[in-house]
Amino acid sequence: MSVVTNTTTIGAIEAPSRRNTELAMLAFAVIIPVLAYLNVGLAINDEVPSGMIGYGLGIGLLAGVGHLVVRKFAPYADPLLLPLATLLNGLGLVLIWRLDQSPRLIDRANRIFGSFTPDAPKQLLYSAIGIALFVAVLLLLKDHRILQRYTYISMAVALVLLIMPVFFPAVNGAKIWVSIGPFNVQPGEFAKIIIAIFFSGYLMVKRDALALASRRVMGLYLPRGRDLGPILAVWAMSILILVFETDLGTSLLFFGLFVIMLYVATERTSWIVFGLVMSAAGAVGVATFEPHVQQRVDFWLNPFAQSTWEQSDQIGQALMSFGAGGTLGTGLGQGNSDLIGFAANSDFILSTVGEEFGLAGTMAFLLIYGLIVERGVRTALAARDPFGKLLAIGLSGAFAIQVFVVAGGVMGLIPLTGMTMPFVAAGGSSVIANWALIGILIRISDTARRPAPAPAPSPDAEMTQVVRP
Amino acid sequence: MNKPLRRIAIFCGLLVLALLVRTNWLQYVEADELNTHEKNRRVLIERYAKERGNIVVDGKPITGSAKTKDTDFKYKRTYLDGPMWAPVTGFASQAFGATQIESIEDGILTGNDDQLFFDRTMAMFTGDEEKGGNVVTTLNGAAQKAAFEGLGKKKGAVAAIEPGTGKILALASTPSYDPSTFAGNSLDSDTPAWNKLKDDPDKPMLNRALRETYPPGSTFKVVTAAAGLEHGIVDDIDAKTDSPLPWIMPGTKTPLVNEGNIPCEDATLRNALRVSCNSVFGKLGYNVGADKMLETAKKFGFNEEQFVPVRANASVFPEELNDSQTALSSIGQFDTRTTPLQMAMVVSAIANDGKLMKPYMIDQLEAPNLDVIKKTEPEEMGQPVSQEHAQMLQEMMETVVDEGTGRNAQIPDVKVGGKTGTAQHGENNSKNPYAWFISYAKGENGSPVAVAVVVEDSDATRDDISGGGLAAPIAKDVMKAVIDSKK
Repeated sequence: MSVVTNTTTIGAIEAPSRRNTELAMLAFAVIIPVLAYLNVGLAINDEVPSGMIGYGLGIGLLAGVGHLVVRKFAPYADPLLLPLATLLNGLGLVLIWRLDQSPRLIDRANRIFGSFTPDAPKQLLYSAIGIALFVAVLLLLKDHRILQRYTYISMAVALVLLIMPVFFPAVNGAKIWVSIGPFNVQPGEFAKIIIAIFFSGYLMVKRDALALASRRVMGLYLPRGRDLGPILAVWAMSILILVFETDLGTSLLFFGLFVIMLYVATERTSWIVFGLVMSAAGAVGVATFEPHVQQRVDFWLNPFAQSTWEQSDQIGQALMSFGAGGTLGTGLGQGNSDLIGFAANSDFILSTVGEEFGLAGTMAFLLIYGLIVERGVRTALAARDPFGKLLAIGLSGAFAIQVFVVAGGVMGLIPLTGMTMPFVAAGGSSVIANWALIGILIRISDTARRPAPAPAPSPDAEMTQVVRP
Repeated sequence: MNKPLRRIAIFCGLLVLALLVRTNWLQYVEADELNTHEKNRRVLIERYAKERGNIVVDGKPITGSAKTKDTDFKYKRTYLDGPMWAPVTGFASQAFGATQIESIEDGILTGNDDQLFFDRTMAMFTGDEEKGGNVVTTLNGAAQKAAFEGLGKKKGAVAAIEPGTGKILALASTPSYDPSTFAGNSLDSDTPAWNKLKDDPDKPMLNRALRETYPPGSTFKVVTAAAGLEHGIVDDIDAKTDSPLPWIMPGTKTPLVNEGNIPCEDATLRNALRVSCNSVFGKLGYNVGADKMLETAKKFGFNEEQFVPVRANASVFPEELNDSQTALSSIGQFDTRTTPLQMAMVVSAIANDGKLMKPYMIDQLEAPNLDVIKKTEPEEMGQPVSQEHAQMLQEMMETVVDEGTGRNAQIPDVKVGGKTGTAQHGENNSKNPYAWFISYAKGENGSPVAVAVVVEDSDATRDDISGGGLAAPIAKDVMKAVIDSKK
């Protein structure tokens, strides 16, 4: 029989699984945050932090579990996604722990809420839940195409998730929270994934209709009126989010995601033009009527204006944080990014990166995000089925837009919106949802990179080789 | 589907690129601007993060730095004899910023100046606690004390200069304030203290020695005399001048009257200065002419801000004058205004045989380890009068003290020259006049001190107010303090 196997097709040669690459990278992704943790302890208290072993073991254990599950259940998965996410999550924990020690923030919490609770332990718990969800995705989702079956259920769930915050009180001017007992959930973070599943399923079915049935007007292929229905619905939906939840970020993310997927599905540039025009019209329209959005734009244009400084100081402080970092930063634990006060460790955590890691560190952070997106897009390119392609590009596109919206807002490139830096910012919803997102991408990439099954042995071939005595 | 995918990849790349460009812009291009932004609290945090360096007088610090419990500011500025030294130090307050030396030399005092880079680096390696450098002033503690106590509860100012170098020896202003009362940022104590000072109608935070201009009155006659000599209108101070009494100001029907019945008709320049004749000096100024008066005044430093290095307001000799205005301006009335520092400069130039030295109050800057980083060298500003004429002016001023209006400034065994002044102000001269006295003392090696004293609205009655009565004793004490401290 050995002779037989040797002469069969090339497909049988094992493609490298790259699991050991992943393990090596993962070692770095654990060691770097542990050293950063040590650095914070030495800088702030002049001693090796007592929680160092616990922290190191915790993050090492989470990474190890993640790796073993990938090795067993998704052996051909992309080797960079898990280490990159682990690195960001680990550094995020360090930054949150660092801000937990800020006397200024502790004072502030005591003054306003009467007590101060550190966020780092909670964040470690959320990270564990996030990894658990990641493991669950890999264990339960044997093939991403299963998700295709839930296209319309996804739509319903996503709608519910997006609409829910309307019925809960606004927190700091944006209705993006759902409060259930002691827990505050940001359903938008989960909706982002579920809506990508819906779009993938929907567009896979409709793409031909949307792509082919069109009229050519002035060099552009305009879709038929009836095909415009869905895009108009999504557009209206995102405008409604903007109006009722005053959440510019989710609205932008949601609509951008849809336009990207529509374009990929139909290969029609006209959709992009259409999308841009519609979102511009929507944004301008809403900004004209919605004082909250107007205010955000004002703060963005004049962050240091004396008349609004009381409210706009956050963005001004964030900008000064970046300036204070300079090229190489002040070093961990030695900056004053805590001057931002409210949301210093969540929406504005990138300012701490900017001040304490400097320009070099901020660029590194942004490039890590860029790499995650790049691995996602590569997965989409490698995927063999249209659903997988659409889902992978949808998820990585959403991730890219989110990073851009948050980082751009904090750095004053665009108006500030209430969103969180994936993996780094304090907040359970974000870290849990993003681990799920990475889980799905890993599942798709495993399917994509898995070698084609060896062709079934041809009975004819076997027959010809048999020499009958 | 791969072509649009690649395009989306490029789009995502552009998003990341935009962020990268933006962070470079913020952290590299705009960093300096953001770091010095007025709203940037880091400037303050830095200022009080380390033990602040001291301002030093006579080898002893007049400031200090105390540890606080504040989360933002580790240290707080303290002052010894705050009210006495406030016109020199200015203040450094956590809540209300910094002024004067505290602001100008902030980099040295905080230790963040580039000139201290080496020290900072060394401190990093040796593990020493970083602290700021010191600012050593030229002031003389005894002279400052004499000035401050001499002014006492009166409103006024004193500026004393060492004529040979331009070193400022005393700089007092009353009423004063204690900068340590609002050095912190407490809403309970510092803010009320600050508000009280700010709203005080007596303006205690005004540095009258540098930032207030007064009509100089008769003390300005010294400048007019200098102009007369320099421009050849008068050659001999003991020769009779052609000065009718009363003298009607040209272009008017008003005589320029003297204070009381004093012998001013055709008086010699020496005598005219001794008894302070308005008619003689008014006419002399008119004869010199507005342009040449302006030229001499400018040579003494008028019409220009002085930086010692703390900014002093520009004193004013008016630029556009008709004949009667020239006459009035020449006796220190009309629009002529001067800071006490400016009049001290005038005296110091005369006492220094005509050479005007640039006044300065920072002698040297020291690193935390007391190494000298920068030493101020005396610098000549110009020669407003020739040596010969300066000596004539000295003779005249000494006559004033020996046997004229300035007798109150006499110091046993020391040659003193001076000039009194009583400047009127207010509508129809309704307010109490300013009492002026400017003087210098002479030793064996030139003059050790030149001083200008002004006392504002005093409670005394008008008649009693004259430079000789109120201001001269203060000037005398200051000069004596300087002379004694040199022994």
